[in-house]
Amino acid sequence: MKKILSLLLVAVMCVASVCMLSACGGEQADSDFKIGFIFLHDENSTYDKNFLDAAQAATKELGLSEDQVIFKTNVPEGNECYEAAADLADQGCDVVFANSFGHEPYVLKAAKEFPEVEFCHATGTTAHTENVKNFHNAFASIYEGRYLAGIAAGMKLNEMIEAGKITPDQAKMGYVGAFTYAEVISGYTSFYLGAKSVCPSVTMEVQFTGSWYDEALEKEAATKLLSNKCVLISQHADSMGAPTACENAGVPNVSYNGSTKDACPNTFIVSSRIDWAPYFKYIIESAQNDKEIAADWCEGFEVGSVKLTEINENVAAEGTKEALEEAKAKLISGEIKVFDTNNFTVEGKKLDSYMADVDTDPKYEKDTEAIADGYFHESEYRSAPYFDMTIDGIKLLNSMF
Amino acid sequence: MKKINNFLHQSLYVSPFHIAKRDNIVWWKAWIIRIIAVLIALLVCGTITIALTDINPVKMYFTMIDGVVGTPRLVWNMLQNTAILLCISLAVTPAFKMRFWNIGAEGQVLIGGLATAICMIFLGEKLPAPILITLMIISSIVLGAFWALVPAYFKTKFNSNETLFTLMMNYIAIQLVAYFTLEMSVPKGSGTPRVLEYGQLPVLFGQKYLINILIVAVITVIMHIYLKYSKQGYEISVVGESEKTARYIGINVKKVVLRTMAISGAICGIAGFLIVAGTDHSLKSDSAGGRGFTAIMVSWLAKFNPVFMVLTSLLIVFLEKGASKISEVYRLNSSFSDIITGIIIFFIIGAEFFINYKIKVNLKDKEERV
Repeated sequence: MKKILSLLLVAVMCVASVCMLSACGGEQADSDFKIGFIFLHDENSTYDKNFLDAAQAATKELGLSEDQVIFKTNVPEGNECYEAAADLADQGCDVVFANSFGHEPYVLKAAKEFPEVEFCHATGTTAHTENVKNFHNAFASIYEGRYLAGIAAGMKLNEMIEAGKITPDQAKMGYVGAFTYAEVISGYTSFYLGAKSVCPSVTMEVQFTGSWYDEALEKEAATKLLSNKCVLISQHADSMGAPTACENAGVPNVSYNGSTKDACPNTFIVSSRIDWAPYFKYIIESAQNDKEIAADWCEGFEVGSVKLTEINENVAAEGTKEALEEAKAKLISGEIKVFDTNNFTVEGKKLDSYMADVDTDPKYEKDTEAIADGYFHESEYRSAPYFDMTIDGIKLLNSMF
Repeated sequence: MKKINNFLHQSLYVSPFHIAKRDNIVWWKAWIIRIIAVLIALLVCGTITIALTDINPVKMYFTMIDGVVGTPRLVWNMLQNTAILLCISLAVTPAFKMRFWNIGAEGQVLIGGLATAICMIFLGEKLPAPILITLMIISSIVLGAFWALVPAYFKTKFNSNETLFTLMMNYIAIQLVAYFTLEMSVPKGSGTPRVLEYGQLPVLFGQKYLINILIVAVITVIMHIYLKYSKQGYEISVVGESEKTARYIGINVKKVVLRTMAISGAICGIAGFLIVAGTDHSLKSDSAGGRGFTAIMVSWLAKFNPVFMVLTSLLIVFLEKGASKISEVYRLNSSFSDIITGIIIFFIIGAEFFINYKIKVNLKDKEERV
């Protein structure tokens, strides 16, 4: 008897589902363009909030209605991501975007299954080698933003030196990184080079946490750097751990992903971030007009993909704003190259050749010559960063592969 | 003395009803109670929805259903998720039936998955698929059983606390998998696991999850027969009811504990195998996704009956998938859908109380008072 009842329940559920199916078909017919977004977390993570805000801004600006934009939040980096992407394709999306590095293989799998849908993936590395026509990678030349943030840090160090608070030799910065991974290495190296361009005696220590988001670990790493007498801290990890540690210790902080001024009014200097709205507009307009989307897309200041937040005048050195404007103009014109080989050495030597691991493979083979015309060509052979050298002046306290 | 008696007497009168255990409830009465509980839950959820948002609750429920069975893909997805959750629930059942608190399913699943992944990486290119997959299954079963046997051995030998022990084994498994993921990540240092090409389970009749579902269906039937009709299954119930009785009638309690935990761990290992080889084709420390703990609830809700477990695991998966559809369609933070599913589960568990106990109104007392 119990079994009959269970069977009945299942039958009722099936009937209900069939009804829903037929009810659904009618509603979705009228809108012709649709875009679906896949996010790793929701707005509680600074990383995802940055994407969510950009997606909302871009779709609003292009006049898409709410029915035409689907958000899937809290999608893990696993088979669920493939299912989410396929479900978005089933729902009639013309473009599907995923925001986390680990989503890549699953988005690629969906791309192969749905050739008529464009799949775009931020921070990924395989679009240029996979040659799947409807699969695309994107990044921004955030290293240029970090370089500017580094200039702001260097000027702060100069101010401390001039005020007699530290000697030039004591100008040591600390950096909290997530993993010993090219994206992080490229980020802290450009930050360091920015600082060095105005404060030649600067050195830097890097502590890795082994996690993209771990508030306690990031705070602990920052505290360790502070106890090593670092006089300024920056970070590449997504929580408030490092900024909070700096605010508690009264040590200036250069932030990432967005302003932390509200929480850290006495120590926040400036923050660089990627604005994804230009990319979202680009993929939507390309898809609507049947134009091809670039396999690897990487833009910077010019189209507004890389941005600096407002400078906190209470903490930043005098003249920071003007100096950053000037350097930004020079970066855009090409007068300054962030990874100019004249400005850094590896084991005491200037480089004139470096094979970078641009193509993703399990053996980490170095496959592409990245130095030419006197500088390291970052983000040109694929959108995601691949600068992975440890240059002189930077000391790694640990490594997290 | 009289005063105290009087006082006691009066204080007894304060409560207008009392709770009594039901001996046996007719099956249809139990189902009426359950259905009423679900209806009340839906009403409460509806009220909260109206109070907090401007969503039409009836529409919201239909959205939920649509999010689970709206397309054939979603139906397969639901069956796949149900199968995995059911598999882990079946795994913990014999242990819980024996009153051995195995909180370590999460770790046993992960370690089974790790065994599978190691075979796929290091032997993948070298062996033909049938041999490779056989090896994957055996190693996941052996490692899963071992992971469960360690706490069971200490329990029987030193009477250590199995709840804490199995829980701690979870953390060891999670860290092992995290270390492995980091070491094997592609590209280097990204912390992202590679996709394992070799040793993926075959696609049957064009449905990639069908083989998972069939394997779990077979395990369900076997577990049902094992628990209900086998001598070992009977021994498990006796040990669970009373260890002393078991000893008195000559059951070797230690042997039963070790054997049952080995079975529990082995099936968890199979679940890990199905996750890595059948669905994810990769492994990371959250591959089990908390299902090792959810399974405990599934198992208890079904009163350790494998057939009912099909329904309870389906219910949990339905609520989970439906909830994420709510946040997708209405652009709500996932916390809201968590509240809704929390309320529904609360009422369903609450219904079991009313099935096991009845509330008697103390009419007689009332009359006396008047």
